[in-house]
Amino acid sequence: MAEGSILGDPTLNQNDSAANISAANISAASGLTSTDIVSWQPGRSAALELEDGVRFEGFAFGALKSISGEVVFATGLVGYPESLTDPSYRGQLLTLTYPLVGNYGVPRRDPDLQIQEGFESSRIQAQALVVQRLSRDYSHWNSSQSLDDWLVSEGVPGIEGVDVRALTQHLRQFGSLKGRLLVEGSSNRDEVQNAPCHDPGSVNVVAEVSCSEPILHSSGVTGAPRVVLVDCGAKTSIVRSLIARGADVLQVPWNHDFVSEKADAVLLSNGPGNPKMTEETVEMVSRALGENRPLMGICLGNQLLSLAAGFDTYKLDFGHRGQNQPCYEVGSRRCYVTSQNHGYAVDGSNPPAGWQEWYRNANDASNEGVRHSSKPFFSVQFHPEANPGPRDAEGLFDLLLEFAR
Amino acid sequence: MNKTSHENIEVLKPRKVLILGSGALKIGEAGEFDYSGSQAIKALKEEGIKTVLVNPNIATIQTSEDLADEVYFLPVNAHFVERVIEREKPDGLLLSFGGQTALNCGIELDDLGILEKHGVEVFGTPLDTIRTTEDRHLFAEVLHSIGMDTPRSRACEDLESALEAAEEISFPVMVRSAFSLGGKGSGIARNVEELKDMATNALATVPQILVEEYLEGWKEIEYEVVRDAMNNCITVCNMENIDALGIHTGESIVVAPSQTLSDRDYHRLRSISIRLIQHLGVVGECNVQFALHPQSDEYRIIEVNARLSRSSALASKATGYPLAFVAAKLALRHCLIDVPNSITQVTASCFEPALDYCVIKMPRWDLKKFRRVSTSLGSEMKSVGEVMAIGRGFEEALQKACRMLGVGAHGLVSARDHFAEENLQELLVVPTEERIFAIGEALRKGWSVEKIHQLTHITPWFLERVLEVVTCQQHIRQFGLNDLPSGLFRRAKELGFSDNQISRAVKRETQIAPGYAAALEVRDRRESLGIKPVVKQIDTLAAEYPAQTNFLYMTYNGSVDDVEPKDPAPYVVLGGGAYRIGSSVEFDWCAVNAVQALGRSGHRTVMINYNPETVSTDYDSCDRLYFEELSLERVLDIFEREQSQGVVISVGGQIPNQLAIPLGNRGVKVLGTKVEDIDRAENREKFSSLLDDLGIDQPEWRELTSVEDARSFAEGCGYPVLIRPSYVLSGAAMSVAHSDDEMDSYLKAAADVSREHPVVVSKFIAGAKEIEWDGVAQDGKVVCYAISEHVENAGVHSGDATMVFPSQRLYLETSRRIKKISKLIAEALNITGPYNIQFIARDNHIKVIECNLRASRSFPFVSKILKENFIEYAIRCMLGEKVDPPAKSAFEFDFVGVKAPQFSFSRLKGADPLLGVEMASTGEVACLGDHVEEAYLKAMLSVGFKLPKKGILLTTGKIEDKVDFLESARKLQSLDIPVYATKGTHDFLKENDIDTKALRMPLRDDEFTGDDIPMDAIEAIEKGLIDLVINIPRSLERKDLTSGYLVRRKTVDYGIGLLTNVQAANLFVDALWKIRDPEELLVKPWREYC
Repeated sequence: MAEGSILGDPTLNQNDSAANISAANISAASGLTSTDIVSWQPGRSAALELEDGVRFEGFAFGALKSISGEVVFATGLVGYPESLTDPSYRGQLLTLTYPLVGNYGVPRRDPDLQIQEGFESSRIQAQALVVQRLSRDYSHWNSSQSLDDWLVSEGVPGIEGVDVRALTQHLRQFGSLKGRLLVEGSSNRDEVQNAPCHDPGSVNVVAEVSCSEPILHSSGVTGAPRVVLVDCGAKTSIVRSLIARGADVLQVPWNHDFVSEKADAVLLSNGPGNPKMTEETVEMVSRALGENRPLMGICLGNQLLSLAAGFDTYKLDFGHRGQNQPCYEVGSRRCYVTSQNHGYAVDGSNPPAGWQEWYRNANDASNEGVRHSSKPFFSVQFHPEANPGPRDAEGLFDLLLEFAR
Repeated sequence: MNKTSHENIEVLKPRKVLILGSGALKIGEAGEFDYSGSQAIKALKEEGIKTVLVNPNIATIQTSEDLADEVYFLPVNAHFVERVIEREKPDGLLLSFGGQTALNCGIELDDLGILEKHGVEVFGTPLDTIRTTEDRHLFAEVLHSIGMDTPRSRACEDLESALEAAEEISFPVMVRSAFSLGGKGSGIARNVEELKDMATNALATVPQILVEEYLEGWKEIEYEVVRDAMNNCITVCNMENIDALGIHTGESIVVAPSQTLSDRDYHRLRSISIRLIQHLGVVGECNVQFALHPQSDEYRIIEVNARLSRSSALASKATGYPLAFVAAKLALRHCLIDVPNSITQVTASCFEPALDYCVIKMPRWDLKKFRRVSTSLGSEMKSVGEVMAIGRGFEEALQKACRMLGVGAHGLVSARDHFAEENLQELLVVPTEERIFAIGEALRKGWSVEKIHQLTHITPWFLERVLEVVTCQQHIRQFGLNDLPSGLFRRAKELGFSDNQISRAVKRETQIAPGYAAALEVRDRRESLGIKPVVKQIDTLAAEYPAQTNFLYMTYNGSVDDVEPKDPAPYVVLGGGAYRIGSSVEFDWCAVNAVQALGRSGHRTVMINYNPETVSTDYDSCDRLYFEELSLERVLDIFEREQSQGVVISVGGQIPNQLAIPLGNRGVKVLGTKVEDIDRAENREKFSSLLDDLGIDQPEWRELTSVEDARSFAEGCGYPVLIRPSYVLSGAAMSVAHSDDEMDSYLKAAADVSREHPVVVSKFIAGAKEIEWDGVAQDGKVVCYAISEHVENAGVHSGDATMVFPSQRLYLETSRRIKKISKLIAEALNITGPYNIQFIARDNHIKVIECNLRASRSFPFVSKILKENFIEYAIRCMLGEKVDPPAKSAFEFDFVGVKAPQFSFSRLKGADPLLGVEMASTGEVACLGDHVEEAYLKAMLSVGFKLPKKGILLTTGKIEDKVDFLESARKLQSLDIPVYATKGTHDFLKENDIDTKALRMPLRDDEFTGDDIPMDAIEAIEKGLIDLVINIPRSLERKDLTSGYLVRRKTVDYGIGLLTNVQAANLFVDALWKIRDPEELLVKPWREYC
């Protein structure tokens, strides 16, 4: 083939000449030099600056804006729509360690459905998305838009081209760090650069993500048991898991007096932030422990229940941020692979009277759940509702409903 | 959570365990079982359990002296394994580590009551589970009972029921045979005729076939599942086939992890896998294959392989999870939580690896070496090896993989077109090994992703990635090297372009010169722009915890190195790359032994290799492993990055060997023989004049640039001549011509002869014996050596020849002269390290036909017979240590080893199973015996021959061969087995007072047809009258369809032993005649042969 014939090729003409590349990808306002303009660039320049001064360069995608927050990572291979909408990531810049993101797009969304598979809340909760390589095209029968377009429509920025492995190693070593995503050409770039980083740990994020009014989710089954879900930032998969098992779910705000609600069981949800910011809830859980009504906790809910029961919590050296965490039942050799996202853990070494350790992490032996010796109170640090992640532990919902019935 | 009754399972403490290997490498069963068997042995040894291994594949690591306690180089079949059980009295048996061969043998042993009789327990997955997964009907029943979907399917035991089933399911249908390896005997039938053909063929070798729903265009997804006896179950890896369903997974380009599955898809299939495997009760490792509808949630479970497989070897290397090792521990009923993860040393084995890179596997085919073979890919395996590429971009991994194949591709896209536009559609619709390249070219020609998706059923996301590479290449073409913008330069490297590929894509004033200069120019420019790759670790947990791992790759999609060079400076060993015909597990043995020898001498080692089927790519074989390309670019990257003190290029076969000179020229320290001396051996002109100077004879040869010159040279020296073109259009690279006509037809049809593409023509000496020298020298002095002889006369490629060592039938004078010549050459080239010389001898006239300054295919064979590790000697010589020659001499041996080739013709539909100057075998075995006949017969039984009982069919070719075979025919007559012969052979034998039953030739192609004979040879085979065929072709010329071809093909299709070489046939008959009772084939461990 002659060199020149390519230019006449109809499928390739969008990006063929140097002039077209600059038109398609880089606006004149970006302030790049002429040598940069002819280079093939996937987007605007952007940088991720951590509070300790470490900086990663990359290219922007999603919404054209800069933002700051806590920088965290997740090691799952799939499930970016679920993670981005998980309220636990509220206030955080989410880094995905799997380097190819966006391949299967974003699921079709029915605007009339409050609860829909593929999404864990009604909006993207993370502040921003940090990836190695973004796929702008996608292939999946059930998807209706690209990840890039979704982020644009939700007003969330992203950065690609970051060595996410190096970033993860850094975050792992120094715990969670705050940082800024600075996008060239975004109107608030300088503002974000000069303001202190948004710190989700300093505010009651739970209040931000919890529902404001009680919501009843009916399973449509007559005589269904009713579970009060204390919403500290609950993933909708928890609601779906219960409904699928024929339970009605009354979702109540984090500070709602759930103890006085008429229900067969209580479920303390997952959620973002520091468990000690939600004292009000802990106090109510203490009251609930005085009764015999079945009570279960998930993730943050596990920490709230444990604090109420008299356990202590501490910060892990290496947080659990993946979908591959092995947890075994204490006293047995049964092990489950679980989905997790937490940096704090319950200290299970000295259980208060009447309580015992239930699950432990097979990698680092940290506590993964506690239970009461005689009453139907139990909680786990991992996510039995999965989404994203393995569904090995979904039997816990059956256990709760067994008690409830 | 569910309570199960698995609480009190005790760990097994057997005293001794028998492990079955998979025998010779063949299509469908390759090096992956050396990896899995070796790991299993290590896992048992660690617990103080004695291990006994049966495996005739002498070139494997698992048959090394320091692994299993006892090794038997014997056929893996019920007869021999029972004898081993009687001798060794093991408590347990591991069947999951030797592929389908071991599994089938285990089932047979159980069926015959042998296991029960000797109280041998099968560890790991119970036999009943294996039976369920192997019998598709039973399997489907079990799946339906737990509400899982399988393809609609019917088991059929005859043609009639197959036709009925197809009607019920409706065409097209998939035809499969139960109990097969690598999908043998399966295919897609679109109509009654095709079904008739397939069903008849398959039912000839297996009792049962399946007619199934054909899921065209569905995605193919696999999960590797691990379960322990307590019912803990995990999936170590999932994989997505880039090729849609319909192409065997061994023939597909595969990516790990899946790329186009959502969380919902991924975890739904994962949950189904786990529930299924818990229900089946697998203990250890297995593989579940799914079909997933591309436009809905529908799925089908295609199959479960309840054993370690090719996919599990791939999954293990792709994730860093030591699957085979863990599977062996689980077989002893350890719990997954209690098995430490030997890779990370910080996590349990009960976890699922998180990848932060992607891995692409591409199969390597060698179909061009075969005549008449069908090149389209389908549900049967044809590939002979595979490569695995790692990247942090899909395109990066894909382009690496294309280069790793070693088929001449510079990447996914090349500088020039290879296919005519009018052929593209067919190339896309009918999958062949070229399809991935055709996709690139179609995209470059402007075909849309949608159109290509329609034609190939490949998920558009994958096609978009190819388009990304194509587009980048178009961008590069706008620039010269020096004005290529650094952003685009970097982008190209992120997309996996090699320096060489970029050198060909940029605008240039003059045509690119052959050699490495242009690529090195790109390298220098690139480095001046600061564009360099980074080293990343495979740690199984995506950096979540700090893990100690030495498993590395390089990428341009990153900015920070995971590892730093370490003191003391290491030596780098280059492995053998993808297994292919001519370069296989024997070079893995050499590479692993080189690393071990360097380690024993106190050095740090770095291994570079990219073949997931190898032991050299095991995490515990070296100090650092780079799963990387064996290219000048990447080897330089690693050499520089590791601050290495030297590179070993001479133990991995031809692929690393050809890097010696460019590496040396770039200032890399190449260990062993000096680069200038390597050049004197490699360069045909220089080597030839060296031989002349030394007074060593060689066949007359000439390098020529026209057909006319070639003819006049041949007339001068006399036919036959051997022709080796430098550029091949189609078919085999080498050929023998007996006449002008043959010369013309070959050079005009198959090869391009011109000034740019000269042809080497040499005198071919017929009727000569071929002899090999394997040696190690230091500073030109021979340290150790072995002389082996070929059974077949020269003309059969040395890789296809049967080798005898120590040589049994050589004149003492011949041996003496070979030794003298080999010493002279070592001295003249100042050799340090391994080398191999091939000789031909006729009437004590000896000529050198080839010399390679590297380890040869037969190094493991001679090393294991002599129990002197030639690679260890070679490494110590290269390091400059003082090396004493071994004390033993081959003349003192009172046993003999015979190495025999394994052919895979039955897999290669249509291929003519003939031997010639091009190698055709895919593997080899070697067995030991008190005499050559015993060792030979064991070896032949190991490659699938059976002792004939029903009948032997003779066609003994041209008159010289007929005469040659006469004595053997007489011996056969006394064996009490019916002997059949085709017309010409029958008549000849009759004249010599030997009675045979005459058979007609299937075609009336000449006067030897025998029109008046009622039955033809094909019918006799189909009727089951024949269980050995000796068919010596009248010539090796490329001819159209002949009777001989039809008979040979039928023989192979019916799984009957076939001998086509008269010397081998004579030896086989000698062995049958000498060894009347199979019990005379002694069952002795290797240790007792000394």
